Amino acid sequence: MNFLKILLLNLLFISFSIASNFQIDSSALSTKSFKEKEQVLENLLENYKEDEKLDVLLQNMLAGDLYFIKATNELVILETKEDNNYFVKNLITDESLSAMDKNELSKVKINNKLRGVIKSGLAKINLFSKKTDKRLKAAKNILANLELEDKELLAQALQSEKNSSVRDILLESDANLKAKFSAGTEQLEAVKLLGGFLSSKSLETLNYVVSNSESEELKEVANESLKEIENSKWFYSLIETAFFGLSQGSVLLLAAIGLAITFGVMKVINMAHGELIMIGAYTTYTIQQLMPNLIEYSIIIAIPAAFIVSGIVGILIERLVIRHLYGRPLETLLATFGVSLILQQLVRSIYSPLNQEVKTPSWMSGALEVNSSLFLTYNRLYIIIFGIVVFLSVLYVMKKTSLGLKVRAVSQNRPIARAMGIKSSYIDAATFGIGSGIAGVAGVALSQLTNVGPNLGQAYIVDSFMVVVFGGVGNLWGTLIAAFSLGEINKFIEPLAGAVLAKVIILVFIILFIQKKPRGLFPQKGRDAED
Amino acid sequence: MNKESVIFKILKNDKGGKIVLSILAVVVFVVSVCNLFVPSDSAFYISTFTVTILGKYLAFALLALALDLVWGYLGVLSLGHGAFFALGGYAWAMYLMRQIGDRGVYGNPDLPDFMVFMNLKELPWFWYGFDNPLFAFIMVMAVPAILAFVFGWFAFKSRVTGVYLSIITQALTYALMLAFFRNDMGFGGNNGLTDFKDILGFDLSSDSTRVGLLIITFLCLSAGYLLCRFIINSRLGRVVISIRDAESRVRFLGYKVAHYKVFIFVVSAILAAIAGALYVPQVGIINPGVFSPLFSIELVIWVAIGGRGTLYGAIIGAMVVSFASTYFTSALPEVWLYALGGLFVVVTLYLPKGIVGLISQLTSRKAA
Repeated sequence: MNFLKILLLNLLFISFSIASNFQIDSSALSTKSFKEKEQVLENLLENYKEDEKLDVLLQNMLAGDLYFIKATNELVILETKEDNNYFVKNLITDESLSAMDKNELSKVKINNKLRGVIKSGLAKINLFSKKTDKRLKAAKNILANLELEDKELLAQALQSEKNSSVRDILLESDANLKAKFSAGTEQLEAVKLLGGFLSSKSLETLNYVVSNSESEELKEVANESLKEIENSKWFYSLIETAFFGLSQGSVLLLAAIGLAITFGVMKVINMAHGELIMIGAYTTYTIQQLMPNLIEYSIIIAIPAAFIVSGIVGILIERLVIRHLYGRPLETLLATFGVSLILQQLVRSIYSPLNQEVKTPSWMSGALEVNSSLFLTYNRLYIIIFGIVVFLSVLYVMKKTSLGLKVRAVSQNRPIARAMGIKSSYIDAATFGIGSGIAGVAGVALSQLTNVGPNLGQAYIVDSFMVVVFGGVGNLWGTLIAAFSLGEINKFIEPLAGAVLAKVIILVFIILFIQKKPRGLFPQKGRDAED
Repeated sequence: MNKESVIFKILKNDKGGKIVLSILAVVVFVVSVCNLFVPSDSAFYISTFTVTILGKYLAFALLALALDLVWGYLGVLSLGHGAFFALGGYAWAMYLMRQIGDRGVYGNPDLPDFMVFMNLKELPWFWYGFDNPLFAFIMVMAVPAILAFVFGWFAFKSRVTGVYLSIITQALTYALMLAFFRNDMGFGGNNGLTDFKDILGFDLSSDSTRVGLLIITFLCLSAGYLLCRFIINSRLGRVVISIRDAESRVRFLGYKVAHYKVFIFVVSAILAAIAGALYVPQVGIINPGVFSPLFSIELVIWVAIGGRGTLYGAIIGAMVVSFASTYFTSALPEVWLYALGGLFVVVTLYLPKGIVGLISQLTSRKAA
């Protein structure tokens, strides 16, 4: 125990002494002589490369916000000033100090030479940092504020850089510089090279070359490069649209897959399907409210919870209402519609008629940056994966388990299935429960994309039916293909026609399609295909 | 043969129809008289608001009648009849909009307010002709009739039946709703068409116009009822009922099932559209909400509660549910959706023949 204590104390002392060394060394900047300041800076750059505070110090010094308190030589950073009152914070501790009079402080002044030293120093500590993300940020920063002086620095950095994404940005910066300021073949090569990059800086440089250059040959090359950039931008926007289509498709898939079981397999028209989705979304909300400290995991917990809650509601609907209406599809439709109204109002009474906010865990926010013109947001990415996982598990349950076998047996020929000893009423309830539970799981996913309100389900009910009917009733693969193709079609029409009109066009398309092929894309074949 | 005897002939074996129409006639007469000729401080005075509400219910009753014709007798459950109702309403509302002239907020004699607001310079082509009431009235019937014909022709030719048909009719009205919600469709977007001033030269805000509209609505409802009853009693009606009960058998006997279906569907759409045109001047507004699938499915429940396949049951159902809706949404708004949802469940589970079936069950039990 004692040994540990001593160790800890030592550690504390060491870290304290390092911090104070930086403090002592940096406070030497309060000197008036620019030459001395330069020496101090070189010393700092040499010994405190990885210190975060050095970065802050240099940046503020460059911006003219670095001051020292005359009495103590303590370095401070200016936050705001009102007349003669300066509000500053300590550089080392980040503590905001009480307002000070102008005369108590003195600015750490810099001249042009020092400015150069600071700039290259800043670039060095970041560009040659051991951390990749720091280097990436520094490289991006250089590209955004490109200046001729950066040329040597870039060459140096390029020699040592191993990481390909940082290297790409450095190369792009280099090519930009050469295209703008070099001459002859070097410029020509650089202009050619720029066609392979996508950032707005490259576009800007190329446009600059086109409008300012006198050489016809150079202009031609620049125009070709511009075209190349345009083409790859178009290509990436196509990929982006396809990605949106996929995510839209997986939303449709999630919403429709429960329906593919209740409607496709059991032939039950469940108009309350959308409300079962809504219940799933509200389950997610409730779990987040119950465990405010576990937002990161709440989605994971919500998946089984929503399956159970929606599944139980589904079984109740089946036992209380639908059971009495088998073989009367139109009546089932009306009765379940009534159930959907009751469920909506129930949610309004328990929660509120207003939309509730479901938080997104941090691992689901942000985007995967493929390159500077293609971002794939994580929440959509996860939903695509999730949709496919749910689909595959449903497929597995239906095709490979004994429960799935019984479900299919009952739906194909109820009397024979019963003669084989299958409890058909038990299977009906179980099947409906699974279909409803999956609707609830879809609700968990949807809570990350749209507003969670009492009308959430209504927005999806027509779409879900369209997907199931379009794909062919009773065919799970058909549902998958229908969902993704409708999602893609929707997203590709959207830029041409606008979101609402795209939806209208798709509905009209499906209405016409069903009239031509009433049994969908992949109709069931065989003896049990006829009603 | 004079007119009365034709009516008498149609209603010969229709006790329920006679009773319902007579009661409505009496109610409409009493309400009209009590509104116009009784001083407003008297206990017997009936407010203009009540007149308007009753007129709205009667328009709904005509709509329910139209739905009962296709659902009750043809066996086709349309979840998109609200679309025909709304289209008829919009066509007539366009005429009413043109009648406003330069009395709008912006005082533009050529363009309705919402177009001025949207910076339109001239009238869109599909608004031409709507200042003529005759043209507008023809469009009230023609637009929904053409839609119903095209839709029905494709659907019934390719033998889309049952639930599939219901779902695509729902998709139809849903698509129209989304389209009409768009501002650049030229139909006023989500605000719809409103601020009507007068109709055929009569001031819409005066009591006598209101009563006149109520009486016209009642006459249209009665005429619609007689038309439906006439169709059902005819030889064609017998084929239609057989299609409902055994479609393939009728087809095997050599009847062209699709033609009968399309005919009935179009007639029903026209009736729904006229109901919409009667609804608009009385309520004073039409917006895309009428296209919503919820409204269309609600009117199915009117018919189901009244008793499908009886025609007069549809009238009863529409009146009763609309009255309950008006009452509950003002008195107990929380309860109304529970009640409506519960009605759906209870009626389908326990009252497959609706109120009419319940009454005849009770009376026959008494007789026995």
